[in-house]
Formats: sequence, structure tokens, C-alpha cells
Amino acid sequence: MKKNDVILIASLLIICAISLLAIKLWQKQSTTDKSYVRVEVDGKVYGTYPLNEERTEKIQFENGSYNVLVIKDGKADITEASCPDQICVRHMPIHYSDESIVCLPNKLTVTVVGGQENEIDATTN
Amino acid sequence: MNTKKISYLGLLIALAFVLSYVEALLPISIGIPGMKIGLANLVVMVALYTIGSKNAFMLSVVRVLLVSLTFGNFAMMLYSMAGALLSFVVMFVAKRSKKFSITGVSVLGGVFHNVGQIIVAIFVLETSKLVYYLPVLIIVGTITGMVIGLVAGMIIKRIGGWKDICYGSKSSM
Ligand SMILES: [Zn+2]
Repeated sequence: MKKNDVILIASLLIICAISLLAIKLWQKQSTTDKSYVRVEVDGKVYGTYPLNEERTEKIQFENGSYNVLVIKDGKADITEASCPDQICVRHMPIHYSDESIVCLPNKLTVTVVGGQENEIDATTN
Repeated sequence: MNTKKISYLGLLIALAFVLSYVEALLPISIGIPGMKIGLANLVVMVALYTIGSKNAFMLSVVRVLLVSLTFGNFAMMLYSMAGALLSFVVMFVAKRSKKFSITGVSVLGGVFHNVGQIIVAIFVLETSKLVYYLPVLIIVGTITGMVIGLVAGMIIKRIGGWKDICYGSKSSM
């Protein structure tokens, strides 16, 4: 390894560790008890569901593919999906504001929205 | 391109294909799109340092096509291709610059492979929220790139001799 390699590796790791920490803190901070999840398909809002109500929602697509969204204990999770990579299923349940689960093959995203008053107004208008 | 070179390239493509398959079988995904260990990048690295950038480029494109057609769908090919191309360009430039050793080049390759995939995902899904995955993706890319770079370095050292038998001692291209 050259000196440049060491500098590269060290700076990548340090910068990313700090930003990761900052992102997590900020997400935690902007989470309220009014948080909800927003499901988007292909960039368009499919539905929004409050995080404090238990529910199971099967998102079915025309071509037969699907994702199953389960909201339980204030957390949202994809428990089942038809996609070949199953990346969305493996993601941990999400709870904090701006955390998201993504299913690339189905073009689906599930995002937690913090639930502050102005954000709700912005999405309902 | 002589026969020996063609068969060597074919061998590397097959190896990259197998490694991609092995990686797909490993149950280590933590659910973040674009995250790869990049086992196949080991082969791309070896190709880049033994049979030159043109062949290494061909290898990475053919590998993505083969793997996507076999195990994935069109959408997934788009992501893999973006990752593979960005990663290759960065590795090519980093190697050219002579500022980094094999390990550094491999780290950059690993990082930009993950970054390339998430950038395409941001555009396709129109969700800027995916940028929050970047730190994790870069950390994973750095660590796997480091390990793969060290292994690639050992392989390249050993292949060096064999390569000379194949193409004569002036094998740079
Ligand atoms: Zn999925």
C-alpha cells in the first residue's frame, strides 16, 4: 500500500462514519409521535399510513408483482415481496423520520415522514 | 488478439460470472440497494493489471450482461451496469494517475460501484432520500475494496509470470 492509499481509506471511513452519525441523530430528532409512512410507486404517492396503527397492506402491481407492508409496534416493514433480489424484505423495520425501504425491481419506496404539522400540510395540499 | 489471450479473457469472464453467482447466493444483504461485496471486481482488477484496460472493460460489460440476463431483470441490469461502468472509469483513471497502489484502486472501484448504483436508483425512483444510504455504502465499499485489492495484488503478482509466457515479456498494452 502506498501512503495515498492509507490517506484515501482513512478519510473515506472517517468522513462516512461522521456523516452516518449525523444523519442518524438528525433523523431521530425529526421523528414525532405523529410519524407516518408514505408508499411511493414509480415516483407517485400510492398511500400514506400512520405508524401508530397496526395494519397489513398488500401493494399489488398490474404485472402480478407485489410487496407486503406491515406496520406494527410503530415500525414499518416489508415482510414479503415478489422481487427477485428480496433486498426490500431483508431491510430492517423502519421507524425514524426519512428512513426508507426500497424495492428497485418494483420501483417502490416506503419512507417514514416525521409528522410535523407543516409536512402534513405540504403533502395533503 | 491471439488465441491465448482470447482464452484467457474467456476464462476471466467465466470466473467473474461464477463469483457474481456466488455473491448472489450469500445471504449477507442488509437490505440496502446497491450494496455489493464486489467479488467479481477481483477479476476485473486482475484483468486491468494483466491484460490491459480495453479487455478489462469488455470483461466488466460482458459480465453484467451475462449475470443480469441469467439472474435478474432489465431494471436490475441498469443498476449493475451503472455501477460497473462508473467503477471501471474511476479505477482506470486512478490506475493511470499512478497515485494509488492496487489496494487504493480497488477501494475506489468498490466505493464507486456502490455509489453508481444508488445514483441511478435516485434518478429512477425520484427519491433523493436514498442519499442517506451513501455513508454506509461507501464504508462497505471501502472495506470490501481493501480486502479485494489485497487479494488481487497477490494474484496479479503470481499471474505476472504466466502472462509473460503467454504474450512475451513486453506485454503492456
Ligand atoms: Zn424488493
